[in-house]
Amino acid sequence: MSTDTEAPIKNKPALEFKSTSFSAPVLVLYNSKLKQVELQLKEKIAQAPEFFKNTPLLIDLKNCSSEDQAINITSLIKCLQLNKLCPIGISGGSEEQHRQALELHIPTHSIRATNLHTSSSAPKSVVENTEKPKDKPAIEAIVPPVENRLVSHPIRSGQRIYAKGDLTILSHVSAGAEVMAEGNIHIYGSLRGRALAGVQGNTESRIFCLDLQAELVSIAGHYKVSEEFDNTEHHQPTQIFLQEQALIIKNL
Amino acid sequence: MARIIVVTSGKGGVGKTTTSAAIAMGLAKKGHKTAVIDFDVGLRNLDLVMGCERRVVYDFVNVINGEATLRQALIKDKRCNQLFILPASQTRDKDALTQEGVGKILEELSKEFKYIVCDSPAGIERGAHLAMYFADDAFVVTNPEVSSVRDSDRMLGILASKSRRAETNDGAIKEYLLLTRYSPKRVKLGEMLSVEDVQDILSLHLLGVIPESKSVLNASNSGIPVILDEESNAGQAYADIVARYLGEDIPHRFIEETKKGLFGKLFRSK
Repeated sequence: MSTDTEAPIKNKPALEFKSTSFSAPVLVLYNSKLKQVELQLKEKIAQAPEFFKNTPLLIDLKNCSSEDQAINITSLIKCLQLNKLCPIGISGGSEEQHRQALELHIPTHSIRATNLHTSSSAPKSVVENTEKPKDKPAIEAIVPPVENRLVSHPIRSGQRIYAKGDLTILSHVSAGAEVMAEGNIHIYGSLRGRALAGVQGNTESRIFCLDLQAELVSIAGHYKVSEEFDNTEHHQPTQIFLQEQALIIKNL
Repeated sequence: MARIIVVTSGKGGVGKTTTSAAIAMGLAKKGHKTAVIDFDVGLRNLDLVMGCERRVVYDFVNVINGEATLRQALIKDKRCNQLFILPASQTRDKDALTQEGVGKILEELSKEFKYIVCDSPAGIERGAHLAMYFADDAFVVTNPEVSSVRDSDRMLGILASKSRRAETNDGAIKEYLLLTRYSPKRVKLGEMLSVEDVQDILSLHLLGVIPESKSVLNASNSGIPVILDEESNAGQAYADIVARYLGEDIPHRFIEETKKGLFGKLFRSK
């Protein structure tokens, strides 16, 4: 009897690889001058020191990579760490920058696909990117095609569905379920759970459903919970979209 | 090969053990050799409902640990010679169950039995997970109230993603809805969800509705599966469910109050 505890432990796997998505703040750099960056960073942190303390941070270089003098990643990372931030990756940098990052064991990401959506609304500097296409053909090649997703079974409570493009659901979404898409969401049934469209910042994305009973709807981070819905919107075929930063829920 | 049925719900107290006992007895009485397994290690109840609590010597965990053979642990029902009960251990907890051990026992049982009914514990942890992992069919027991319906919905999500069939792409588990403790009168008063409401939320094939009945509690207390109480509404409802599961086409009853009134007059529940 004394060996009881050993048997189950032996059979339990000690680890497991899982795929998950979570949100982390992204530091978008518009300028390669480290001094200026550090100054403004300190100002920001001073506004909410507790919020920024030890926060994981993704560095987005796509808006400053076209400048003549690329920012030195080694000193940038050092600067962030001195300010008690925890960089967890960089994206949108040059090959040289990515190499520097890897030397510091900072992973490099390619989130170029998602930028396609935002490019129209992003600041002008992005447009300059296109003037020097020769600089990074390697990165352009990695851009995965937009992956739309079709689901024909009900999304049950506790399930999460993610689509890199548009998400179409031919059944209902239960209360306690979560559907997310980088593009639009179409639900040909009742929406009782949460629906988040444009999760990578595409403000043009919309949610459509045949019967709105949602717990929460969100477009590009602008959300409403069911308490804020009008009664007229309940149990109606509905579309949800963003208009001048405001989330509009409109009967179809 | 046996057909493995899991009786599950997510939420506790909705009638999983009552249903497991009734279904297993019903299948056995139809002449199919049936085993019913209590997966609720640490909170053993099935033996009480089956009325065999005084004959338990070895249990599920003993067999998994190799301390007893399956033959030693299986208890033959006194009322029906086609029915066998594998009780849970009361002195251990759910960690004593291993996927490998459970798989081995089910495989061994499959050689001899036609149906294996797994009585799942409440919750979505280890015990419940192992009870449903090897299943071919799932009986989702739900009460007509929102929390039970939501928990069942969650369970259905797990059935669709974390079972052996899902992992080996061997076709999905067949899911059936059993609505228990249904009272048409209270539905009419708006105190309970209706069959339509529940089906609207779960969109699941309805196998049967078991009306709220005193005979269920009486049956549990006296250790006689309620299906043997042929005069009670609940007993008949379970008999219908077993017949429907085996492919017979039987109209649903106990859903409408008027019908219930008629049956209530004919077979006043004891």
